[in-house]
Amino acid sequence: MDLTFSEPEIAFRDELRAWFAANDAGTEPEGGEDRKNAWRRDFQRRLADGGWAAVHWPREYGGRGATLTESAIFFEELGRSGAPLPINVLGLLLAGPTIMTWGTDRQKERYLSPILTADEIWCQGFSEPDAGSDLASLQTRAVRDGDEWVVTGQKVWTSGAQFSKWCMLVARTDSEAAKHKGLTYFLMDMQQDGVQIRPLRQITGEPEFNELFLDGARIPHENVLGGEGNGWRVALTTLMNERAGLGFFLQVRLRQLLDRVIEEAAPGGLLEDPVLADRLGELHLRTEIVRLTAYRGLTATEKYGQPGPEGSLVKWMWSDTNQWLTQLAADLLGPRALRAGDPWAYELLRARGNSIEGGTTEVLKNIVAERVLGLPKSR
Amino acid sequence: MDFDLSPDQREIKDVARELLTARSPMAKVREAAEAAEYDGVLWSELVALGWPGIAVAEEHGGQGLGMVELAVLLEELGYACAATPFLSTATAAALIQAVGSDEQRARWLPGLTSGELRAGIGTRELAADAAGAAVVIMLDGDEAQLVVAPETEDFVSIDPTRRFATVAGEGEPLGPGAADRIRAALAAEVVGVCQRALDMTLAYVKERKQFGVPVGSFQAVAHRCAEMLLGTESARSTAYYAAWAADADPQLLPEAAALASAAAAEAGPSVTAGAIQMHGGIGFTWEADVHWLYKRAQLDAALLGGVKRHHAALARHASAKVRQLT
Repeated sequence: MDLTFSEPEIAFRDELRAWFAANDAGTEPEGGEDRKNAWRRDFQRRLADGGWAAVHWPREYGGRGATLTESAIFFEELGRSGAPLPINVLGLLLAGPTIMTWGTDRQKERYLSPILTADEIWCQGFSEPDAGSDLASLQTRAVRDGDEWVVTGQKVWTSGAQFSKWCMLVARTDSEAAKHKGLTYFLMDMQQDGVQIRPLRQITGEPEFNELFLDGARIPHENVLGGEGNGWRVALTTLMNERAGLGFFLQVRLRQLLDRVIEEAAPGGLLEDPVLADRLGELHLRTEIVRLTAYRGLTATEKYGQPGPEGSLVKWMWSDTNQWLTQLAADLLGPRALRAGDPWAYELLRARGNSIEGGTTEVLKNIVAERVLGLPKSR
Repeated sequence: MDFDLSPDQREIKDVARELLTARSPMAKVREAAEAAEYDGVLWSELVALGWPGIAVAEEHGGQGLGMVELAVLLEELGYACAATPFLSTATAAALIQAVGSDEQRARWLPGLTSGELRAGIGTRELAADAAGAAVVIMLDGDEAQLVVAPETEDFVSIDPTRRFATVAGEGEPLGPGAADRIRAALAAEVVGVCQRALDMTLAYVKERKQFGVPVGSFQAVAHRCAEMLLGTESARSTAYYAAWAADADPQLLPEAAALASAAAAEAGPSVTAGAIQMHGGIGFTWEADVHWLYKRAQLDAALLGGVKRHHAALARHASAKVRQLT
């Protein structure tokens, strides 16, 4: 047992820290989405130029071939720097690794490099209005027409669709086959008339997600990834990468948010009130539990190829903790934290999504019960 | 970064699990509890293995290992809910080694390591194994004292797998970190208690059928089991961290021990209560064994000083860090 970073890991961290400091990582502008997105796109380009855009990718594809620990360090330092996630985070974390696993040489050649530079941004077309937790029941249909597929259906919760060039799209290509078997994974060009994007306003008021209406969208057959009818397996590769490394970014952000609560609430006598101090102490504990448990999961993945029982708990712990934290902030800071536009008001509302996005807590509990605890499948 | 037991530590864990599965099954725990006596045969065996001195230097007759190895053993003894004075004697020995004076080490360690002497740990109101102990390590807030030849008065707690007493008498000071080490040790035991409660529950809900199906297939049951895992692993992450900090970076120990204490004092009672609940009616009977774990967890939480005091300490740690940053 050794909870310190090795010398090469510390050197990696220090080099990265210096890079973030030299590249004004924490200077994302305030104001409109367009300005922010332009900044994020430029920031990722600079990351790519510095060789930092995808440290976990193999060197042959433009990454650093970083270890899992180094990748965790990258996300911790990114969080610490105050920078947002790279604009093409879905390309870097999901599309890229999925294409590396399932893509043909030509596909790897074509798609990977523009992911790194953010020249082509990716979104994820999995969920549908009637297929959320039960993803395999999705109904978007793709029908073969010569060398092309014609797609009809609807997708939802598509982050970043408005500035994406490509979509990781899962559609049903065989309605006769069993639920999981008739699916195919496509790389779909977003810039065509058959793809209509409608922003989906969330409870914070802003449209972080979109609905996608697919009406006769066309995809060349060569854009099938991993073979016709193999979409479920390819999609699982994407989903397995969903939380890779990201947990360390979130963990650091959680700590930063807690520090901010303390800073802003301390003058009001936070520590003198035993009830508030109790809640603060408990939040500090939960935040540390997320961090320590994430590290245990990291070690298990490095040593045994997969996280142990603890690894599946981190997202659940994090979402609970972030919700408690933002509630504590609202309670401590009083009405001013409830004014529209106050950063704490935003955090309070945004946190409600944490226990839903990327797998609801209820589904996570089912997964833990079945896969970790070996309980019979429940309904 | 390697947040896992080493192969040697894992082997200690496996050996302990194997030995205790054979020597201290729940039937033996019950026998000892109902007789209000320790399992003397098991204790002799633990002494013969040299385990009370696992974290004591070889010059004093110990095995020269550390707090992590002691934590691993305590986790397994907690898992077994074994009725022995191991926790108090081995933990007292470990902390005299770590923070005692040369004189205290020379005087007490050989006897505690060989099993010739026994130690108690706790507070004036609640000390485990104090009766007949050569020394008691007495917690007073975040300080700890070593009381020689303590005056004690036995009382019976709800946990009959362990002996408790109140303690009088003045003690000698111990170095800083003594209280934290006791708490780190207790937290490690709680991890094992939680794991056993979870394992017994899983076995039961897979087997027990109602409405024609195993009750573990009901989401309400499955989700409570998942929550028990969350509590167990939260306690484990922090208990291992505290044990590691005690050995490798004692500067981190005060905070790490507070984290481990708060997590254990919360998880112990709640995970073992979950075990009673998930066993349904049978879980409330004397005949089912889950109540030994619940009772042990309650007394461990009390020895840890409860959740609140540690939350308060953690609030201070968190805000001190922010002040350093700004």
